[in-house]
Amino acid sequence: MMTKSIASFLLGTALAVTAAGAAFAQDKTVKIGALSDQSGLYADLGGPGSTLAAQMAIEDSGLAAKGWKIDIISGDHQNKPDIGTAIARQWFDVDKVDVIVDVPNSGVALAVNNVIKEKNGVYINSGAATSDLTNAQCSPNTVHWTYDTYMLAHTTGQALVKAGGDTWFFLTADYAFGAALERDTTAVVTANGGKVVGGVKHPLNTPDFSSFLLQAQASKAKIIGLANAGGDTTNTIKQAAEFGIVKGGQKLAALLLFLTDVKAIGLETAQGLNFTETFYWDMNDQTRAFSKRFAEKMKSNAPPTMVQAGVYAGVRHYFKALEALGGNPHDGAKVVEKMKSMPTEDDLFGKGEIQPNGRTIHNAYLFEVKKPSESKGPWDFYKLVGTVPGDQAFTPLSESKCALLKK
Amino acid sequence: MQALYAQLLVGLINGSFYALLSLGLAVIFGMLNIINFAHGALYMMGAFVAYFLLNLGGINYWWALLFAPIIVGIFGMILERTMLQWLTGLDHLYGLLLTFGIALIVQGVFQNYFGSSGLPYAIPDQLKGGMNLGFMFLPVYRGWVVIFSLVVCIATWFLIEKTRLGAYLRAATENPTLVRAFGVNVPRMITLTYGLGVGLAALAGVLSAPINQVRPLMGADLIIVVFAVVVIGGMGSIMGSIITGFALGVIEGLTKYFYPEASNTVVFVLMVLVLLVKPTGLTGRAA
Repeated sequence: MMTKSIASFLLGTALAVTAAGAAFAQDKTVKIGALSDQSGLYADLGGPGSTLAAQMAIEDSGLAAKGWKIDIISGDHQNKPDIGTAIARQWFDVDKVDVIVDVPNSGVALAVNNVIKEKNGVYINSGAATSDLTNAQCSPNTVHWTYDTYMLAHTTGQALVKAGGDTWFFLTADYAFGAALERDTTAVVTANGGKVVGGVKHPLNTPDFSSFLLQAQASKAKIIGLANAGGDTTNTIKQAAEFGIVKGGQKLAALLLFLTDVKAIGLETAQGLNFTETFYWDMNDQTRAFSKRFAEKMKSNAPPTMVQAGVYAGVRHYFKALEALGGNPHDGAKVVEKMKSMPTEDDLFGKGEIQPNGRTIHNAYLFEVKKPSESKGPWDFYKLVGTVPGDQAFTPLSESKCALLKK
Repeated sequence: MQALYAQLLVGLINGSFYALLSLGLAVIFGMLNIINFAHGALYMMGAFVAYFLLNLGGINYWWALLFAPIIVGIFGMILERTMLQWLTGLDHLYGLLLTFGIALIVQGVFQNYFGSSGLPYAIPDQLKGGMNLGFMFLPVYRGWVVIFSLVVCIATWFLIEKTRLGAYLRAATENPTLVRAFGVNVPRMITLTYGLGVGLAALAGVLSAPINQVRPLMGADLIIVVFAVVVIGGMGSIMGSIITGFALGVIEGLTKYFYPEASNTVVFVLMVLVLLVKPTGLTGRAA
């Protein structure tokens, strides 16, 4: 009697283990969490559009037809690191999320980075700018897709210094992102023989910049570097025009400018601005086709920003890695390792790779905002001025302080 | 020293918006006893109405200065008639919660349709350009904002404190039953007063449209500061809110120069200090 029950117990355990093993190999469930600023100053460049991009990535992957079950949830971090990390924790602990995507706002992005590493999830960041995500604070669970402050500094910043803009004054958003962008751009300016003559740190989400602009004007710097983003940048540019800053001979360096920002400023004021992005909807037939589908589903009919495009491309690449693994191992580091081992290729960013530090490398494009007379449609804003190959735009591995590279 | 003059002037410009908005709040609180949290949303609506008038109706800025406050004022009066009037006699908290809810709904609706980055609104041709004052380059439009809002503020103060209509209003606040006995239609007067306060908010919205983006959250960003202004000035005091509005704009402007990191908080630090020393606000009388 006793032996029989032990035997059946053992048999049961063995069966259970086998079943679990089989489930492990064939587990085809994935849960995506799109974490963004859903209603604040970054909502238009990420926000609901990023969730839509992730949804489109699910549909376009065709995984549902292959027996995969993929869910998506979205959350609003309200640009507050504590709220962002609380949502991330809940998603991993309660909702069993596998991957968190987007996360604009560098402050929130860095905080969430730690949670994802602790929970061994996957982090495909598209919205945040800080180069620290793949440098000093890199993580085996993180892929930083679209752009970063190093890239912005070495494209827009470098081009302006080389064109003679050798004295700079910074208007910097007073948090992780602004500090990183100012730091990276300052390095480029001084390395190219330029000088930073001053700067002012303004609180995030400032409606009126006139006081800061007057200080920038008084500095007599040739270039006023805008180390801010979203609504802060649009307000600065608009009010700089009002105070006659550009007419007075100073030049604005919009280090980070998104499609939706240009729309908000209007071409009349924004024309002639130089800046860098890694994606623009009107680059080629593939980007136009995707953007058309995307815009049809957006309430505002806006084409995707580079952040939203990055969410789409990042999620597609994530799915490719899962398919190659034959199932979802629910092991973030393992999936990210697989993602890094495969070259990236998609309709929106073209060919590229993910470096061991988690940085996705692809081309960066220097754009100029069109004159109102050159614009043929409601979103026809950019002229391509130059292309910087990915290996020149992003941090060289030799300069990276990422601990993952020391193995 | 020159830079300081410039900062003072810039502070005065921001102060104009604070003054116009806090004036509307003070009128509404003083006459209706309602803490109008929807004020920021109504200010935003003013800017949006100006945008629509221009882009859909081809109606320019100058007419928008007249029409937007009327349109938003009517919207406000509908709010008062259908919702706010049922709260008379109840604790302030109910009015605050109701108007806060209205603000969230209005902002949510606008955000749903127009996103968060906002729409451009050009400065009218007549006010483009700027003057070189020696110590700074003053955009003509900013100068216009200061002068225009000063005129509006003083006119409102005069209307309420110095005219017969204002006297009725103040009497109705004090003792509605008695004023009604004299044959004055008190509920209608209250509705019109709310419309006036709301109209002032919308007017500030139109004024700010060419400077800031026309954004659904433009009011939400401002309203908390404006409430601090009203509290510092003394709840319900008309002159108090006008003076405090301009003064705080200047103080904030100076902070932006000397210690920019604190420019978002300086108003609240002042509020705490004033409340500690004089809980009724600078010009307020004890209830």
